[in-house]
Amino acid sequence: MATILAVDDSASMRQMVAFTLKSAGHQVTEACDGQDALKKAKGNKFSLVLSDVNMPIMDGIALIKELRAMGDYKFTPILMLTTESTGEKKQEGKAAGATGWIVKPFNPDQLLATIKKVLG
Amino acid sequence: MSIDISQFLVTFYEESFEGLEIMESELLNLDVGAADNETINTIFRAAHSIKGGSGTFGLNAVSDFTHVMETLLDEMRDGRRQVTQEGVNILLSSVDVLREMLTALRDSAELNVQRVAATKQQLDTLLGGDAVSSEEKPQAEQAPVESSFQLWAIDFRPHLDMLRTGNDPVRMFRELSDLGELNATVDVSGLPAWDELEPEESYLNWKLALDSDKDEADIREVFEWVDDECDLNIHQAAGLFVEAQHEEAAPVQPLATPPIQDKTDTVAAVGTNAGSAKEPARKPTASGDTSIRVSIDKVDELINMVGELVITQSMLSQYGEAEKIDTAGIERLRDGLGQLERNTRELQESVMRIRMLPISFAFQRFPRLVHDLSSKLEKNIQLKMSGEQTELDKTVMEKIGDPLVHLVRNSLDHGIEKPDVRREKGKPEQGTVHLNAFHQGGNIVIEIIDDGAGLNKDKIIEKAVGRGLLVEGEAVSDEQVHDLIFHAGFSTADTVSDVSGRGVGMDVVRKNIRSLGGTVEVTSKVDIGSTFTIRLPLTLAILDGQLVKVGTETYIVPLISIIESLQVKMDKVNTVSGKGEVYRLRDEYIPVVRLYHVFDVEPDGRELTTGLLVVVEAEGEKVALFVDDLFGQQQVVIKSLETNFKKVGGVSGATILGDGTVALILDVKGLMGLYQKQTPARDLYLVKSSDAAA
Repeated sequence: MATILAVDDSASMRQMVAFTLKSAGHQVTEACDGQDALKKAKGNKFSLVLSDVNMPIMDGIALIKELRAMGDYKFTPILMLTTESTGEKKQEGKAAGATGWIVKPFNPDQLLATIKKVLG
Repeated sequence: MSIDISQFLVTFYEESFEGLEIMESELLNLDVGAADNETINTIFRAAHSIKGGSGTFGLNAVSDFTHVMETLLDEMRDGRRQVTQEGVNILLSSVDVLREMLTALRDSAELNVQRVAATKQQLDTLLGGDAVSSEEKPQAEQAPVESSFQLWAIDFRPHLDMLRTGNDPVRMFRELSDLGELNATVDVSGLPAWDELEPEESYLNWKLALDSDKDEADIREVFEWVDDECDLNIHQAAGLFVEAQHEEAAPVQPLATPPIQDKTDTVAAVGTNAGSAKEPARKPTASGDTSIRVSIDKVDELINMVGELVITQSMLSQYGEAEKIDTAGIERLRDGLGQLERNTRELQESVMRIRMLPISFAFQRFPRLVHDLSSKLEKNIQLKMSGEQTELDKTVMEKIGDPLVHLVRNSLDHGIEKPDVRREKGKPEQGTVHLNAFHQGGNIVIEIIDDGAGLNKDKIIEKAVGRGLLVEGEAVSDEQVHDLIFHAGFSTADTVSDVSGRGVGMDVVRKNIRSLGGTVEVTSKVDIGSTFTIRLPLTLAILDGQLVKVGTETYIVPLISIIESLQVKMDKVNTVSGKGEVYRLRDEYIPVVRLYHVFDVEPDGRELTTGLLVVVEAEGEKVALFVDDLFGQQQVVIKSLETNFKKVGGVSGATILGDGTVALILDVKGLMGLYQKQTPARDLYLVKSSDAAA
């Protein structure tokens, strides 16, 4: 069971993601934007980060860059939660160091399947 | 595993409505021609969140609609599209439509489907008509896949930096082995000399053989995330039959996602007409789901308070456990009780504060309203708001919305003059409507101040005389004149306009405000402007009450409705032909209601002179309540009778007094209704006019 940091500015998405992961037995920490996530990532070593891209204060791309610059998160899987319409965002996220993405909208089963892929 | 995510819908609706408010206010902030990128981005983000959420929750109609809006906003953000007034207006009406859609879904109510379609059409036209199709990739193109196993040869050469994105080749092998039988051969020829080796880089190349019934697209999907970080070559190994359709299989996996099943029934309500109109009035069915957002500070404060309460409690129980309590012990006990009282009061205050929201929630609709109306009325009006952070009870807030809208509309329509008229009067062409809120005593005061024409006293008097509300030549004060506009059916507008001025209104405004226990008044100066002042109690949960005694019972009369209390002089009491009594107070005849009679209790005395009359007013009418005695005044917490018992005429609720007894809170208006049933009001007026004539 993994410790997961879930980042999204939308409370309903965050709740849905956290609930899904928790019901699969994972430990979840929630953050509502990049800055919040960064604060929570420091001092913790999450085994997976799930982050929305479009967020106020600090967006997902900036968050990924910051995380990759931290020793603890150099190789940690980081998945973007993104929508299809932002195809170029995927490239931008990859360039920033994202491991991959989960396309919104997704349902709990899809989320868990992808998580399983990454965590094994 | 099947997880029910519909439980998060409440949050989704809540944040979506907030998002819509943000979109609306930011759209109004947008300068056409020179749009600020950050503003567009904020609007985009709100639309984007709603789209993402609605897709997740299977509200496909909403997500399709927002998708088109988002595309438009994206083009504006990237500078590919000019921000035009037309665009902003279409986006604003899209916000309205979206709000309607979400409201209909939330309340399982009906939706004006034509309006949705029309607005979407407008958006599509603006976009050039091809926006919708981009996302809906035809799924049918996926050819039926042969289920025969075949051998795939995969040449996988990760780039040096692949590991830095958290992509481990092992993950991909694991996934591939889920597709079929996998054999991997590693090619170490890329490994540098030991002293040149960077542990964070990947030097190994792989040759993979996969025996699987899956097609190339499925295999490519495994490598989807590392598309740019590796060289990948997938082909069918020799010696097996080649199927033409696999040669050029689409490398992209269709991304369409099936909607979540739990919500399909609600989605249908948007897509179709949702059956016949059973209930034409839109009534939110989810009233049990109303929630409130509370800032974490308030919750912390509450927890803190409870902590102190626990300390006090344990302190007191410690004192109480002492075998015998001496004088010092009693002193300590008293101190402790004093502390308990303080804690309780503070706790009560903080709990009340949880229901309090800043009035900006009620104010936020006005920028849009003023924007829309001033162009409709061809006036130049700016809206000023201050004191938006002033807090008031959520229920009061919900109920004050409509009266406020009415008053603001009124100021825009009748108050502020057209630019040319203003110029002639020597005023700036731009008129101002100022919304101001502040706390005063236990009340919140909301002012609507305009610098318009002011109330025309002569016109009002003329009208009032025409309607028989005033006698010609009667001397009236300014306040009395201003008060006249709150009478039913009173409108001084020369023409009935589209916006307001139908003459229904001001009386309704006053009625609504009074039903909240508040007051509204107006002051005005010709050509300087008018100020409407609304005073409301901060909360509906607590009431300032006057305790009155009838026999052994105690009743509570809302202090706000009491005009005066007096001792009866029998020569001022008239009996109206066996139907009731009236008391002559100055020039008025006020019906007397004997409370012991209404509630059927045994009073201390039945003679009017043995008790007191409490003169109360509701909706402009007065009655005198006959009681045995007055007790003190105190704040009482209102407990609903309807939820705990049932509705009782003449009683608005109950409360628990300091000694633990229950006291009923009188509903003055209801009491009048009860009284009038037994004594038709007509008879009373007959007495009044005949008496006046005599």
